[in-house]
Amino acid sequence: MPVSVANSQLVYDAMKDVGVTLVSALPETWLVHLIRLADEDPGMTLVRLAKEEEGVGISAGAHFAGVKSAMLLQNHGFLQAINGIVGVSLLYKIPLLMLITDRGSFGERDPWQTEGGKHTRPVLDALKIAHDDLTSPDDVPAKMAKAMTLAQSSLSPVGLLLGRDLMWEEPQ
Amino acid sequence: MKRLDCLKAIYPALEDCAVVTIMGAVAAELYSLGHRANFFYLEHAMGLASSIGLGIALAQPQRKVVVIDGDGSVLMNLGGLTTMARSRPNNLVHLIFDNETLLSVGGGAPGGYRWFTTATATGTDLAAVARAAGFPRAQMVRELDDFEEAALDAINGVELSCIVAKVEAEMPKSFLMDVHMLENRFEFPRALQQPPRRREELQRPTRITKEQPTTIPALKSREE
Repeated sequence: MPVSVANSQLVYDAMKDVGVTLVSALPETWLVHLIRLADEDPGMTLVRLAKEEEGVGISAGAHFAGVKSAMLLQNHGFLQAINGIVGVSLLYKIPLLMLITDRGSFGERDPWQTEGGKHTRPVLDALKIAHDDLTSPDDVPAKMAKAMTLAQSSLSPVGLLLGRDLMWEEPQ
Repeated sequence: MKRLDCLKAIYPALEDCAVVTIMGAVAAELYSLGHRANFFYLEHAMGLASSIGLGIALAQPQRKVVVIDGDGSVLMNLGGLTTMARSRPNNLVHLIFDNETLLSVGGGAPGGYRWFTTATATGTDLAAVARAAGFPRAQMVRELDDFEEAALDAINGVELSCIVAKVEAEMPKSFLMDVHMLENRFEFPRALQQPPRRREELQRPTRITKEQPTTIPALKSREE
């Protein structure tokens, strides 16, 4: 399966390095290794969600209780969670680290992903949620650290968009 | 059964818990009994009080967490019941005041008149839903004595529990709350920094039960 194992591990390690000990997730193809790594790690609490908006509440609760958390979700999951992001994270000024797979961008072959791909960044921008792209393995640790730092200092949601070039290895 | 009487019955037992309530009548009435820093009133995002409670319960397994919810909010996050059930933290109690109405968002009127009922008015049984979702303990109560016994038993127990209390669709005497939501937001985590005083029995870790190993078969995708 051409989801990058090495880069998933890199993202996972970077997430651990910034202190994340609880992740909530819904799967999508690019996230399978990240979720598996969380499941196999006795130092990580993995919450399998029924719907992404729950994860916003779970992360808020974890923050109140002094635990750093992250959400693993697809961009449609982000779009699904908007009301929670506005009504909890933004309204109450709560840090939220979202690792969002950036489906539907250049190179996308699944027609059903293409609409969500067009709207992810404009919606992030409309909500004034700081975001950056993760496309190169070299950038992962530093961008993860900076994203968590900003989330904690600004008490806001931040998004890291996991790109095709990072998560997907085209079969030769 | 009145919501306020139920809250009075459990109020002393909430002293050492993390308490998360929904907005509106529940928040205003709990506040009217005496605000405490360990009470967080979620004034928006209907449905997510239970998810916030789950996050606290998983992050602080030694602390009892009590979510005080309503039928309208629970119906907006029914999937959350399944997430709570499969995570199954033994320090989480989900109290649901079921007045069969979207009272606080305008579905009620003075005199208890209900013009916008929820599906619990037409037969949906949230205790049965919680039980079917996998809650080890879920029950519905209609009398104050039964509520008090069930809720205190759940709060003092060590099991994920859901108590659905059928209550009148009555407005609170006042919605006034002299604590700003941001003040509440910042005092609450500070209160949670204090270790709970009496919860020795909860101190065994409550790691999420592994349902099954995550094995990933070859995924079918058009990209492969």
